[in-house]
Amino acid sequence: MPAVSKGDGMRGLAVFISDIRNCKSKEAEIKRINKELANIRSKFKGDKALDGYSKKKYVCKLLFIFLLGHDIDFGHMEAVNLLSSNKYTEKQIGYLFISVLVNSNSELIRLINNAIKNDLSSRNPTFMCLALHCIANVGSREMAEAFASEIPRILVAGDTMDSVKQSAALCLLRLYKTSPDLVLMGEWTSRVVHLLNDQHMGVVTAAISLITCLSQKNPDEFKTCVSLAVSRLSRIVSSASTDLQDYTYYFVPAPWLSCKLLRLLQCYPPPEDGAVKGRLVECLETILNKAQEPPKSKKVQHSNAKNAILFEAISLIIHYDSEPNLLVRACNQLGQFLQHRETNLRYLALESMCTLASSEFSHEAVKTHIETVINALKTERDVSVRQRAADLLYAMCDRSNAKQIVAEMLSYLETADYSIREEMVLKVAILAEKYAVDYSWYVDTILNLIRIAGDYVSEEVWYRVIQIVINRDDVQGYAAKTVFEALQAPACHENMVKVGGYILGEFGNLIAGDPRSSPLVQFNLLHSKFHLCSVPTRALLLSAYIKFINLFPETKTTIQEVLRCDSQIRNSDVELQQRAVEYLKLSSIASTDVLATVLEEMPPFPERESSILAKLKKKKGPGAVSVTELEDNKREGGELNGGADRGPDSAAMAAKNRPMSNFSTHCHSGKITNNR
Amino acid sequence: MMRFMLLFSRQGKLRLQKWYTATAERDKKKMVRDLMQIVLARKPKMCSFLEWRDLKIVYKRYASLYFCCAVEEQDNELITLEVIHRFVELLDKYFGSVCELDIIFNFEKAYFILDEFLMGGEIQDTSKKSVLKAIEQSDLLQEEDESPRSVLEEMGLA
Repeated sequence: MPAVSKGDGMRGLAVFISDIRNCKSKEAEIKRINKELANIRSKFKGDKALDGYSKKKYVCKLLFIFLLGHDIDFGHMEAVNLLSSNKYTEKQIGYLFISVLVNSNSELIRLINNAIKNDLSSRNPTFMCLALHCIANVGSREMAEAFASEIPRILVAGDTMDSVKQSAALCLLRLYKTSPDLVLMGEWTSRVVHLLNDQHMGVVTAAISLITCLSQKNPDEFKTCVSLAVSRLSRIVSSASTDLQDYTYYFVPAPWLSCKLLRLLQCYPPPEDGAVKGRLVECLETILNKAQEPPKSKKVQHSNAKNAILFEAISLIIHYDSEPNLLVRACNQLGQFLQHRETNLRYLALESMCTLASSEFSHEAVKTHIETVINALKTERDVSVRQRAADLLYAMCDRSNAKQIVAEMLSYLETADYSIREEMVLKVAILAEKYAVDYSWYVDTILNLIRIAGDYVSEEVWYRVIQIVINRDDVQGYAAKTVFEALQAPACHENMVKVGGYILGEFGNLIAGDPRSSPLVQFNLLHSKFHLCSVPTRALLLSAYIKFINLFPETKTTIQEVLRCDSQIRNSDVELQQRAVEYLKLSSIASTDVLATVLEEMPPFPERESSILAKLKKKKGPGAVSVTELEDNKREGGELNGGADRGPDSAAMAAKNRPMSNFSTHCHSGKITNNR
Repeated sequence: MMRFMLLFSRQGKLRLQKWYTATAERDKKKMVRDLMQIVLARKPKMCSFLEWRDLKIVYKRYASLYFCCAVEEQDNELITLEVIHRFVELLDKYFGSVCELDIIFNFEKAYFILDEFLMGGEIQDTSKKSVLKAIEQSDLLQEEDESPRSVLEEMGLA
């Protein structure tokens, strides 16, 4: 039973809530709410001045209605009035209302700020905390302007009570986050760092959050916190579980504080001072050791708290990336967690290992777990865990295991959740390109991607495979042959038709010698898909057809007949119609030489960073792709040109004067050469 | 920091919502709907964490209520799970074997307890004793406030 049902309960509120719960339908609920709103409105407008209790009750009812999901457009004035009451509960409800229903009316803001100011200077710690809370909850610019200079003073003043200090620290943090320009560094900053040494653990807990945020923006100003943090951490880690009493959580000493200290240390590089560094390394080793000891309690809270500290310590070790011994130990610990009974731990271990994989010290150690990770990908029931496993495979991929990893990811893709397919496709495409030694493997992989997850293969991916095939002589024949075979499938994805159409248009001649893939066979194959495709694909196919006329004069009559028919030259789509008409004309009037020049083989594409990487980054956010990876890709972009010397010919070809106005867009399928 | 905390029932009724960043009402409603759908679809044996937009979601079910927190990329998931547990412990201690009805009928108290414990998305004090003491102190103040009301006053007749 609630501890405070003794007469305060705001009976009217409880009755109202009961009524709402008893409503049988949405309409009944709305009706009841409107009735109440009308009642409250009349009470607020009435001549009789409401007493504090009633005001509180009605404001609370309004709050309840708002939290149910209905809009409230009055009551702010009454809530603001409650703020100036001397009764704590009335103030409390007033503050709650205005924190939840933030209003930007400037008159109200002025009144609210005034009330807050009074409470802050009241010397009553409970009132001060209420006011600080409100500022932290709302965190508006106006409040920052009014109070940003006052709060630091309260925070470091000697006579401030602990509870107020806690609130002040976190309030200042909120203001700093929303209006950093208004919180100026000053003499209070050094005093704030010393709060790390405060006797009251609650004050330390609150202060650390503030200091962590400040350090990120002003590292030099706050760097003295590092040694203080290390000594605090060291004291906690080496304490017996009875030392910290109230701050021990299920036999784990001060887990929140420990995690925060470890987090703070991640804002700085490893300490330069030998003694401090030594102490810290000792701490980390103790934490790693404790993980191997038998647990003091069977409760999940105990193991969660203990492991929370362990994972944060591992994050710190990874961040430093300079102690090989610790890194290897961290990797081994995570390896153990990979096979743990608890799903949460497996999930976190996979996540942590992803960051570990990019460290040069531990990359090899991470790779040793590849079988476990692949197994997780295949057998984990929880899709979020499977996704982490896929992420880890991506992170640990290098030349030595690329083929294996790409194969596993492709097979995973066949049954993967639709929501993650696009990202998986991008990743496989990136890996295949980055680690391809043999480009026919690369071509196979991309075509497999299209076959398995065609809908999720974005333009960047299939443009890229075409770019690479164009630039590499050694893989053109293979590409033509493979694409030809892939198109034989009765139901093939439209993206496959696009790639196939383009490649056969450029390199169909390389397989035309074989009677099974003679020019007419190729044309019929492509044309059989024609009517199933969307307009852009058909446009691409028409371009392929004109290229065929150039490559294989014996197909000219057949193709011209196709171009000539009404469905092409009178097609309702402007682009298709124009292409059909122009290609038909071109094929009729141009001499063989002119035709050959106009439809010459596509020149190689200039070196450029893969747009796939950019797309993945955009999709996942900046954290997804490490900087080194981006740089690697830039270097390896040189491989795009396949080493074959194209020399001056390419420049000449590019400069050739195309006779028709928008022919370049036709040949280049609209977008391939444009920088996106 | 924590961006927001939601408490909702298996039927998708929102019992508490605390937002630690300024967000438009319209966006809040959309996020709540979205997230409730995702979390309610998860099976019991699945892990307590998932990625959603650019945030990490940590959730746990206690009886009929789902406690769901959104934290930032660099936050520690396991400790957030224990933040949820600590909050449940506080509610339990305060209400005495808390159940969903307690939170429905005393919603403002649930917000007050949460506010003593978390501020601006960060933990204030992790000592259960301190937090409960602070709440009890305010309750005492409340009782002092409430001057006894006569029956006539209650009925609005005096």
